[in-house]
Amino acid sequence: MKLFRGSSGTEAIPAQSQQKLTRRSSGLAELSRMWESAQGLCVLDLGATSAKNIRHFTEHGHKIYSEDLLTASTDPLLVLKGEEGKDEQGNAVLDSRKFLAENLVYPAAHFDVVLCWNLPDYLNESLVKPVVGRLWSVLKPGGMLLAFFHTRDAGPDSPCHRFHIVGPDTLEMRIIELRREVRRGPTGAIHTAISDGFQLQRVFNNRHIENLFRDFASIKFFLARDNIREVLVVR
Amino acid sequence: MSTAAVAPAQIGKSVVIKGELSGCEDLYVDGQVEGSIALTGNSLTVGPNGQVKASIDAKGVIVQGKLEGNIQASERVELRKSAVVTGDISTHRILIEEGAFLKGKVDIQGAQAK
Repeated sequence: MKLFRGSSGTEAIPAQSQQKLTRRSSGLAELSRMWESAQGLCVLDLGATSAKNIRHFTEHGHKIYSEDLLTASTDPLLVLKGEEGKDEQGNAVLDSRKFLAENLVYPAAHFDVVLCWNLPDYLNESLVKPVVGRLWSVLKPGGMLLAFFHTRDAGPDSPCHRFHIVGPDTLEMRIIELRREVRRGPTGAIHTAISDGFQLQRVFNNRHIENLFRDFASIKFFLARDNIREVLVVR
Repeated sequence: MSTAAVAPAQIGKSVVIKGELSGCEDLYVDGQVEGSIALTGNSLTVGPNGQVKASIDAKGVIVQGKLEGNIQASERVELRKSAVVTGDISTHRILIEEGAFLKGKVDIQGAQAK
């Protein structure tokens, strides 16, 4: 399923990361109708921690849980040891059992809404299906999940964003900054290494997405102008 | 008579404490604490080097370092951009800087539904 791999970060990243982009989201608009008419919903936000999202839900009287799965997946202890730790293309294979023992630990059927944002596109291949399986189990029957998928036209260097809800159908997006490490190499030269940047791992086509969410009751696609497909699935 | 604010009690970065911490003055933790911290009516600050594994009960909590445990704050919680917090937060007000990491539930007491 891997169609391309992103290249390393560029010097333009710091300037880009200052940018605040806003986008209209049809999936969010549909979900907003749910949380504006209901009381006491249980919402799980799987994106980068967002004060705006926490405020948005608590002001509506809902319970909000925050869990940044993408950051959690960068734990080096998750990489399987030995030959199992690399796939045929040489990419790291992570221990999905260990990951799910430490993350997404909630009672079954606990959440009314799960906000995945762009998690599936940037998550390590070995974690995608196990995570979606766990999300199915923690969602209530009838609960809804929102996820964004890049189309092939978005290109391999599409930056990973954090998402803030700023209106019933409007998101503010900010590029997640890469951490830069400056260190002295063996020759004494100073190197700037870019680490912990999230790169697009793959492009799902519609069939892949339907297959990923095959255990769910229904799936709805919204094609946006910015080469993003929004997907709203119902357990 | 001095009117200067009293400096908070400090736990330096080389100090390791295991057990129950309680008091009635502000506390700054830049070392390691494991157990529980009760500062009812006062504030706790976890400094950038702080590593706290404890349940917290305080008036205000500011986190710059690592904190694992539930936070019960009667007034305000601030997670600075370097904060890594695993645990549930119950407070009246919360401030989270961009870049802070939180894994847990946030319960804003007294939050009114629109």
